[in-house]
Amino acid sequence: MRKPFFRPLAVAALLPAALLTACGGESGDGANGGSGGNSGNTIKVGVLHSLSGTMAISEVTVKNSEMLAIEEINAKGGVLGKKLEAVTEDGASDWPTFAQKAQKLIKKDKVATVFGGWTSASRKAMLPVFERNKALLWYPVQYEGLESSPYIFYTGATTNQQIVPGLDYLKEKGKKKIYLVGSDYVFPRTANKIIKAYAKANGMEVLGEEYTPLGHTEYSTLVNKIGEAKPDAVFNTLNGDSNVAFFKQLKSAGFDAAKLPVMSVSIAEEEVKGIGVQNIAGQPVAWNYYQTTAGEQNAAFVKAFQAKHKGAVTSDPMEAGYNAVHLWAAAVTKAGSTDVEAVKKAAAGLSLDLPEGKVTIDGPTQHVHKTARIGVIQPDGLIKEVWSSKEPIKPDPYLKSYPWATGLS
Amino acid sequence: MSDRLRGYALFASISLLLLVVAPLALPAFRLDELAKYLCFAIAALGIGLAWGQGGMLTLGQGVFFGLGGYAMAMYLKLHDAGGDLPDFMVWSGVEHLPALWKPFGNVGIALAAVVAVSVAIAVVLGVLVFRQRVRGAYFAILTQALAAAFVILLVGQQGLTGGTNGLTNFYDVFGRDPEAEGTQRTLYFVTAIVLGVLYLGARQLVKSRFGRLLVAVRDGEDRVRFLGYNPATVKTVTFAISAAMAGLAGALFVPVVGIISPSLLGVVPSLELVVAVAVGGRYALAGAVLGAVVMNYAKTSFSEQWAGGWLYLEGALFILVMTLAPKGAVGLYEQARDALARRRGVPAPAPTAPQEVAA
Amino acid sequence: MTTLLNQLPIGLSIGAVLLLIALGLTFTFGQMGVINMAHGEFIMAGAYTAYLLQDWAGSQAVLVALPVAFAVAGALGWVLERTAIRHFYGRPLDTLLLTWGVSLVLQQAARDIFGAPNVQVVAPSWLTGRVEVLGGALPYARLFIMALALACVAGVWLYLDRSRQGRRMRAVVQNRELAAVSGVATGRVDQLTFFIGSGLAGVAGVALTLIGPVGPSLGTYYIVDAFLVVVAGGLGQLRGAVIAAVALGMLNSFAEFWTDASLAKVIVFAVVIGFLQVRPQGLFVLRSRALT
Repeated sequence: MRKPFFRPLAVAALLPAALLTACGGESGDGANGGSGGNSGNTIKVGVLHSLSGTMAISEVTVKNSEMLAIEEINAKGGVLGKKLEAVTEDGASDWPTFAQKAQKLIKKDKVATVFGGWTSASRKAMLPVFERNKALLWYPVQYEGLESSPYIFYTGATTNQQIVPGLDYLKEKGKKKIYLVGSDYVFPRTANKIIKAYAKANGMEVLGEEYTPLGHTEYSTLVNKIGEAKPDAVFNTLNGDSNVAFFKQLKSAGFDAAKLPVMSVSIAEEEVKGIGVQNIAGQPVAWNYYQTTAGEQNAAFVKAFQAKHKGAVTSDPMEAGYNAVHLWAAAVTKAGSTDVEAVKKAAAGLSLDLPEGKVTIDGPTQHVHKTARIGVIQPDGLIKEVWSSKEPIKPDPYLKSYPWATGLS
Repeated sequence: MSDRLRGYALFASISLLLLVVAPLALPAFRLDELAKYLCFAIAALGIGLAWGQGGMLTLGQGVFFGLGGYAMAMYLKLHDAGGDLPDFMVWSGVEHLPALWKPFGNVGIALAAVVAVSVAIAVVLGVLVFRQRVRGAYFAILTQALAAAFVILLVGQQGLTGGTNGLTNFYDVFGRDPEAEGTQRTLYFVTAIVLGVLYLGARQLVKSRFGRLLVAVRDGEDRVRFLGYNPATVKTVTFAISAAMAGLAGALFVPVVGIISPSLLGVVPSLELVVAVAVGGRYALAGAVLGAVVMNYAKTSFSEQWAGGWLYLEGALFILVMTLAPKGAVGLYEQARDALARRRGVPAPAPTAPQEVAA
Repeated sequence: MTTLLNQLPIGLSIGAVLLLIALGLTFTFGQMGVINMAHGEFIMAGAYTAYLLQDWAGSQAVLVALPVAFAVAGALGWVLERTAIRHFYGRPLDTLLLTWGVSLVLQQAARDIFGAPNVQVVAPSWLTGRVEVLGGALPYARLFIMALALACVAGVWLYLDRSRQGRRMRAVVQNRELAAVSGVATGRVDQLTFFIGSGLAGVAGVALTLIGPVGPSLGTYYIVDAFLVVVAGGLGQLRGAVIAAVALGMLNSFAEFWTDASLAKVIVFAVVIGFLQVRPQGLFVLRSRALT
């Protein structure tokens, strides 16, 4: 008896049918969506972060702060007399998913703008979608610079607002010999290129440059190499869980903050808990905002956030996400429309008082002016500011105004 | 109606559904998503062949998917750059086009490489591994380690591969704008047709003498050897075919989704493909296709509703399928049919479920 | 040169970590042919046990947690064996996929119970020092892990080689049917094997809190390495696992010293794959006349 190979296809046949029924309603919805998310009594905005997978740990907190900003705006009557309606999507820590969800938000939900992304990879994946569809993305995380898309607003720091000030601080403290440690991906590699150029121009010496795979947890060899090189300081661009292993193993090999300062640019209040305060207390970090940053705006932000999320801390990317929503709303109000080109025009030069202080959007680069702050991790897990640039620094994603950086981009 | 006729009728109606009904009924971005699922289905078809028919549990299909995808993406990148360096190389500090990239400026070479590189690596690996009679669990773990190593290598060579970001941002796909709805529609049709052709080809292969030999190798490798055949050759050829399918799937994936990155190729995505095949039904080629489309569709729509829940659902579904219906959805259909037939008093056909060979 | 010498104890300590995470697997994979992808999540369960015990054991939680984690992870393994795996004997590849499903569920459960961020396990103060060896520092935590790995190996060896239960276990491994007709309750042996194998994962998890992150993804960082050790060491071979773990630890340590961490990982994979070309069944082979 011959085995009926095609018989199983009967089952397969049911599936596309189910798909069609599932999606059938959607084509109808799309038709009356209107343009620019500005239809009926609400304005739709997209919130696109990883709610599942490895990045969820960080991105959920940013999503929460963006939702807080949306609620605040709605409580004050919304924008242009309409309430904001958030459409949240899960990027699932997977870059192609980010691109596809961005497409869905733009084409199906017809949102006025999207707030989202964390990793550079997710931003790079979404970039073509926003550029081709002439839609707006607000990206809230510090990143490696060398990018300035006309359809992205960057509310996190670029390199001259975080890495360069971090180096300035080390130089001020007389640290001449530094060692570079990073996870093996784009941000650390670009950051280290900049650090090497800076070191060369400022009489500092780079003793070593090491990368470990994402999720790496075995640092004894690296600690041994650092011990042998005897640097004055380490510049750390490790990401995520690797930081826990690195600091635990560094500390147990006898290197604490007094013996070997480690300047980190990816460790915020949220991460300190997992690393263990005893392993990292006293170490410097470079950001633009801390939960302890002084000012009424910040006090209100921290209070409102902790009222919604008990025991939570607020961190730099969360604040940048919160800022993004408020900046967009202010630009829409100024433009009197959610039209992308009008909003872009209105956003240029726009200034707001936000938790980190006065934030101004730089028109040509669509980045924001930010104050750089070096903080030291306290025994209670919070971060105390010990140094700041006083004034907001003009964003310079291509480091054009730094002579030592020529040839980097 | 005979089985055969009924089979063709079904194949025709599914083709009709995919090629006519779906493009008319689905909004553009949903059609694009369906195209993505069909890409995974092509790779799953290869797994169905290697694992379901040949008993080789390959947990490293992501490697071949990636090789095909990167070959295609490298061509598109070079084409966009038009003689200059691709954008990511500029910011990775690469000054001259690496030699590895040069051949991929030629569309013919790039398209040939999609299949050829995957096949070549699969053959080398197959010859080494199968000749040494590495099989079962050892083969599975080896391929898994291969996927892990491949990802680390890709990520580490940022100037050459774009690192974690992968390759993305293509402006021109064979003379068309990749974001235009017309292009996406065309890509969808291409993917669907490739899947159909490969399905028919794979089915033909399974029905052939070679296919019967393959099943024999799965069910009793040593016995096949005693009969005078060389199981290593049979396995290597099959493994190479499945690698070629994964390579093609990757190459189609790049223009459809617009990105290829290491996160698509590692241990977990490779395992997820195998899971999809198991859920659909590994012993039938259609089961592999069905599983890939359903699981990916479920993942997308479920994560839109309840993000964290997908892992529970995927895990639970998987445990249930493995314990209660090891032959997958297609097997369930057969089980139900046989049960029905028994009730009607017709003797059920002899069980064809193979006994898996222990390592 | 002194740094190079330092890599010797480092290699040993990496080997000890590998041995700890792989020891349980040699039990379940080697003795039963079950490829337990959820092994990493049993490690995670051990780590979280230490975390929870901090509430009443305070800074000595790591020590108290060792036996508790053994029991907790062992119990999880036992439940898994009873509810699912016992239906899968003779289908090793299916157990791989089944247990992967289990690992997904356990990971998400950890995320929902303990939250997605890493939690903190404070090492006891007597483990925070270090000794100077060959001019470099060897942390007490590493020494503790090495001692623990040695103790586990010794325990397993004594159990397998000297106890009645262990003898039964070996009998089942060598010939299940023959053992069964000779009066060995193979079902009970299987339960015990799985309990011990999973329990060892729990012990490894406690040790790992000293050097690495404690979070829902913990298991995924170690599982592939653990399998490599088992594959290179040979099915169910205790001495194979020990030698393979130390060799891979050394290889990792020196490869990373001369190149970098990414390349070292790739080199380790390549060496294992190459090694299996020479010895497809691993270092030590269980002789058997069975025909597939």
